Amino acid sequence: MDSPNNAARSFNKVIEILDRYDRSETKIIPILQAVQEEYRYLPQEVLTFVATSLNVSPARLYGVATFYSHFSLEPKGKHILKMCDGTACHVRGSSDVIDALREKLGLSDKKITTDDMLFTFETVSCLGACGLAPVLVVDEAIHGQVTPEIALQLLDEIVQKEQDNA
Amino acid sequence: MKSDKIIYINDRPIVWDGETNVLALARKAHVEIPTFCYHSELSVYGACRMCLVEIEGRGLGPTCSRSNDCKLRDLSTKLGIDKVRYRKTRQPKAMDMMSDCLVRDPNKCVLCGDCVRFCTEVQGIGAIDFAHRGEGVVVTPAYGKSLAQVDCVNCGQCAAVCPTGAIVVKSQIEQVWQQVHNKQKTVVAQVAPAVRVALGEMFNLPSGEITTGKMVTALRMIGFDKVFDTSFAADLTVIEEANELLTRKTKGENLPIFTSCCPAWVKFAEQSYPQLLNNLSSCRSPQQMFGSLAKARLPQLLGVAKEEICVVAIMPCTAKKYEANRKEFTTDGIADVDFVLTTQELGKMIKEAGIDFNSLELESMDLPMGFATGAGVIFGNSGGVSEAVLRYAADKLQIPMPESIVLQEVRGSSGIREAQIETSVGTLRMAVVHGLKNAALLADKIVNGTAQYDVIEVMACPGGCIGGAGQPIISESDTRQQRTRALYNADKIMPLHRAQDNPFIDEIYQTLLHEPNSHKAHEMLHTQYRSRKRIEDEEISFSAPSKEDRCKIRVCIGTSCFLRGAQEILAATLKTVEDNAWHNRFDIAATFCTEQCDLGPTIVINGEVIHRARLEDVKARIQTEASLREK
Repeated sequence: MDSPNNAARSFNKVIEILDRYDRSETKIIPILQAVQEEYRYLPQEVLTFVATSLNVSPARLYGVATFYSHFSLEPKGKHILKMCDGTACHVRGSSDVIDALREKLGLSDKKITTDDMLFTFETVSCLGACGLAPVLVVDEAIHGQVTPEIALQLLDEIVQKEQDNA
Repeated sequence: MKSDKIIYINDRPIVWDGETNVLALARKAHVEIPTFCYHSELSVYGACRMCLVEIEGRGLGPTCSRSNDCKLRDLSTKLGIDKVRYRKTRQPKAMDMMSDCLVRDPNKCVLCGDCVRFCTEVQGIGAIDFAHRGEGVVVTPAYGKSLAQVDCVNCGQCAAVCPTGAIVVKSQIEQVWQQVHNKQKTVVAQVAPAVRVALGEMFNLPSGEITTGKMVTALRMIGFDKVFDTSFAADLTVIEEANELLTRKTKGENLPIFTSCCPAWVKFAEQSYPQLLNNLSSCRSPQQMFGSLAKARLPQLLGVAKEEICVVAIMPCTAKKYEANRKEFTTDGIADVDFVLTTQELGKMIKEAGIDFNSLELESMDLPMGFATGAGVIFGNSGGVSEAVLRYAADKLQIPMPESIVLQEVRGSSGIREAQIETSVGTLRMAVVHGLKNAALLADKIVNGTAQYDVIEVMACPGGCIGGAGQPIISESDTRQQRTRALYNADKIMPLHRAQDNPFIDEIYQTLLHEPNSHKAHEMLHTQYRSRKRIEDEEISFSAPSKEDRCKIRVCIGTSCFLRGAQEILAATLKTVEDNAWHNRFDIAATFCTEQCDLGPTIVINGEVIHRARLEDVKARIQTEASLREK
């Protein structure tokens, strides 16, 4: 969890979110989306609080949260890399990029976040940008026709920036 | 006959007569369609996908909505499946062994959803649900935790409806065999009323056959030294609980009184209705009253040391295993009830011992604790506790009693029943519910003041204890009614029907307890309840980790405290600390439940628990703590 003040602010934000959606069970998904935006993932304690507030069982909410790959119950890294592995990207060589990034970051399909919490690397099924295949999304920026070399270079740039800021 | 009322199944015409699904029609045509996921009390679901029929012009469609006994093994036998053609491709998943009552093996689960629906639709809890998706779908408690760490009340109905044994009752058969074979131990059984009308089903006897005599013989053959009746303790419960009711009704306090015999209901109330805990009868359940009395009196009566007595309860219930392990039911470090077997487990032990149950001679239970009246016996039916209490209170309250002393008002099978009975202390407003969802409906009305009652009897399982999850698996739709009827018949053929007529109970009051609700009675037969967290989890920390000596503040934001203003207090506390930059002086976190909901909002400052916290007081306290840590 980031700084204590942010944690407090986030929690107050959760209450605001719940109020904004009338604490209604039918708005579970927008509520979870908003909560995840605040925390960058869905902390278990916060989920229990949301379940109690919506009068649904925590098991039910857990079911919803685990059904959609958009929701994460694990804290994510500061920078999120998403590699498209849909059909078009796959045939244009996404596997090589995925392997290269995973090897560099010491990650796998099970472990997706680095221990220093700097990077999360995920694969996604299709970003709808097949013309640019293979596609890598780094935080909010979309990069097309990515090769392992380009991907590693993008990674190095972030690492460099982080070191400069430290 | 109009042709649009005819439906053809396998070319044979079947008259449609309002059947709501194809399965019902097929049954009428004597066509068996295999299915897993129908239970008459649950919603129509169509999840197990075994019951495919071809509807001409519409292709294949599931009719998975009707099946009485649909156990995997029955089907494989019927369908001649004796080997599995598929390779195992999945990694085995870990079993959940942590609960006192249930064992969950996700590897056996076929995702039919029966357990999920029972827990949600009948019990209103939803302790388990589907999670993840596609190939990864599992039925699991929240966050993949154990049943022991979540709001499961141990009613075990998930296990009773599971067609494949993915959730089963945790067995104590091995432990009981060891006790029985241990020469040092005197092993005594206490048998709950509902067991005697269901045990026969394990041996192909008709449901509802009363097998008390055979059961006693079998228990002695297995090696139990004494066989007693939990109904004896139920007689005692009637007297204690009725007197508690009379006192409360006279004083007009803590009404309605909720019954406390059902351990699943008690845990449910502790989790979900902390504000009603003072309304729960303080009486222990008959199982625990028996245990307490047995450990206190049997050493002298039987001439053995207390440590050498082993009390085994035989129950229709899975939650009783949890109840026996509650730490308040331990006296001087010794558990009042050592082991709990379900009706099914007893049936299995009888089979393991090679006993031909059906040909057994009848024997009777041992005195004194094997002597019960009909009042204690009808406890096993929903409505039984209420009726037994009325039979006791009739004289004192001038309630007109029919000669049969059958009170039809509280009998029946609907989920919520109400009765009003005129007495000398005013109208007695009673409600009898089974199924915890029904209980929650009434409890909500009590909490927001929209309904008034004096007594509410709650049983978690359908039909009361006779429908408990420890009973043999129900294969016919009328099995529960037959057991209910049998238990009322068992009462009819007994010589005594009112708890106060039990001479051995009278003797206990003379020699040990003096009078109902006495100090001694409270010590031995009553208990206390506490608010309980629904989910075991961590607090939400608002402070960065630090080695400094800081004042620790924990604000409860559980539902009850939240409603009472904990949110404002938390916000104000955080703001004060932020405005003054006191991060090095305070360590603040929100906790989900301090388990003291009736006294909320609850705040813990440096280990000191503050109930009914007020904003100004908390602010003042923060100032004081801050100045103590002036740097």
